Amino acid sequence: MNVVLTALVTSLAILVGVLTVTAWGIWFERKFSARLQSRLGPTMVGPVGLAQPLADLMKLLQKEDLVPEAADRAVFNLAPQIAALCALGAAAVVPFSAHIVGAKIDLGVLYLLAIGAVTVLPVFMAGWASNNKFALLGGMRALAQSLSYEVPLVLSAMVPVILAGSMDVSKIVEYQAAGSWIAIGPVWLGLPAFVLFLLAMLAESNRIPFDIPEAESELVAGITTEYSGMKFALFYLGEYVHTLVASAVAAALFLGGWDGPFAPGLHWMVLKTLALFTFVYWVRWSLLRFRSDQLMKMCWYWLVPISVALLLGAGAWVVL
Amino acid sequence: MLQTLQVERRVDPHLSIDRYDPEAELLLLHMGPQHPATHGVFRMDLYLDGEIVVKAVPYVGYLHRSVEKLCEKLTYSQVTPIVDKNDYVSPMTNEQAINMAFEKLLGIEVPRRARWMRLVFAELQRIASHLLWLGTFAMDLGGALGGGSTVFIHSFREREMIMDLFEEISGARFHYNTHTIGGNRHDIPAGWAGRVKHALDVIGARIGEYEAMSLHNRIFVQRTRGVGVIDSSLALELGLTGPMLRACGVDHDLRRDAPFHAYDEVPVNVAVAHGGDCLARAEVRFAELRESVRLVRATIDSIPEGSINGGKPIKLPNSIKIPAGQTYVGIETPRGELGTYVIADGSANPYRLKIRPPSLHALSALPYMLPGGTVSDALAILGSVDPIMGEADR
Repeated sequence: MNVVLTALVTSLAILVGVLTVTAWGIWFERKFSARLQSRLGPTMVGPVGLAQPLADLMKLLQKEDLVPEAADRAVFNLAPQIAALCALGAAAVVPFSAHIVGAKIDLGVLYLLAIGAVTVLPVFMAGWASNNKFALLGGMRALAQSLSYEVPLVLSAMVPVILAGSMDVSKIVEYQAAGSWIAIGPVWLGLPAFVLFLLAMLAESNRIPFDIPEAESELVAGITTEYSGMKFALFYLGEYVHTLVASAVAAALFLGGWDGPFAPGLHWMVLKTLALFTFVYWVRWSLLRFRSDQLMKMCWYWLVPISVALLLGAGAWVVL
Repeated sequence: MLQTLQVERRVDPHLSIDRYDPEAELLLLHMGPQHPATHGVFRMDLYLDGEIVVKAVPYVGYLHRSVEKLCEKLTYSQVTPIVDKNDYVSPMTNEQAINMAFEKLLGIEVPRRARWMRLVFAELQRIASHLLWLGTFAMDLGGALGGGSTVFIHSFREREMIMDLFEEISGARFHYNTHTIGGNRHDIPAGWAGRVKHALDVIGARIGEYEAMSLHNRIFVQRTRGVGVIDSSLALELGLTGPMLRACGVDHDLRRDAPFHAYDEVPVNVAVAHGGDCLARAEVRFAELRESVRLVRATIDSIPEGSINGGKPIKLPNSIKIPAGQTYVGIETPRGELGTYVIADGSANPYRLKIRPPSLHALSALPYMLPGGTVSDALAILGSVDPIMGEADR
């Protein structure tokens, strides 16, 4: 009973924590991008616009829920829910500190990668079920992109797994706390793997320069063209949570997770996650986007061979 | 003078879809008129094979406001504010073109001061217009929620400065109505030259930043190089002018080749690029930005003293009657040759007024440029054409 209760409380705390951080992550992104563009960003709701996420939520809740006549209703309605669920589900195995973990499972990394692979499903569902050509093109691009970038993502995530000798995310962080962070030691192996993981992560969470599936200047809004109100909000939320959780995973796998001096582990974890989160949005608001064929070329010509080489290198490092 | 450029093949834009590949199922995508990247209300039908555009059919006319017919019912002095709204990104050049045509028919000599002022206005307007092009083009490449909008808002910040300067002249930020038959309506206010130079210092220093964000950005170059290639012979055939033509390696600029305003007194360096692709068009426009900054710097202090209007003051709208005759005047706007053809019948209204918009001719090249590229390329090409639908549809 006690075990169940603890698990419930922990997962609820993580859920609430992730959602709260995401909501104000959106506020932060808006402020950050505004300063980048010499604008002010949200200022009207609350002090420095801090209540903006709540106002956005209220607005989206009040919107009419539109389903196109020709859409495949069941799939159309299911897609945003799966999108948000997948993104939140990944947060379960991220160790936010030595003790705050939703679920300590031995195959944490495998679970993360599996959940990450499923996130392409709602995107394709939405693209198909909307019965809209722009959404279809978006879904088609998303499918190709996510399947391609899955390969370097998995291979580069295997580097810390091989080095630490475990698929448990907590164990990988403990390994780094005992030795050095994987991103800096051995640096010739860890740093490229980290960069590859970041790139693949950007592509997986559809962020510029890889946001081709929802390229709004080309495909209107891509897969979300026909979505409105809370369904759109769920997609939006799923995307941000996905970025946040992916940042947390990158921090745990490569930057030593909760490991750091002077402060409790949670602080370090949050700091590293938010730094990566900021990096993602910094890139987003400064770069233009690739074309889909260029994206594929980059993946298969560069990222995949390099990640294979890194995997072999990691194996050699452990064996020798 | 004309350098030709080799391209591998020229796609026949009137290719029948049945002849393309009867086995393939093509996706017909209506892009526009309510599409975020079609620069107003432009529509094109794209026939897609996967993501590759096989055939493109552009449609214009969604912003048709019957300006030419309307002008036939207006007196000559009432025409100026109407044509302001044609190319709403560079209103100054619109009113200059129309008034120059009327002046030519009336045989009025525009005072030297007014001509110099028109030159300064035209060049400032060119800077503003190219800044807007840069912003929208980057937005086509980078998205409204991303790096593209960063370039967009930065370039709009500088465009504001020029609109502030024009506001000081005419009281309006956008549709100025500051040119009139025989010269200008408003004189330069005191201290304006200093503020222009200040604005130019800011803008001139920031052009490098824009280049770093676009021309020197690898993604930008990858997205634009070799995309939407058009060769010089086709460009001439289609009547392309302005940056579109100069990007094909054709050294043609009315400011130098058929000087108007005071361009005969001020030498203009014409920017030419080779390649005929989106990148070349961007290079030409960047070079023109720098050149316009240089031109305004060179002229702003040496605007001669004197009268700003050579005609008699207009008291009543229909007090101006142009004797029967016809004329054509073409000037170089930021988009190319803006032609005005007027037939006067001796009354107070033009008998016929025909405007040749450079954007319309530029859009006519789309069916040749789009096939073979992807949907993403289609939007990049459309952005590089810099169409203003208000002008194309009139």
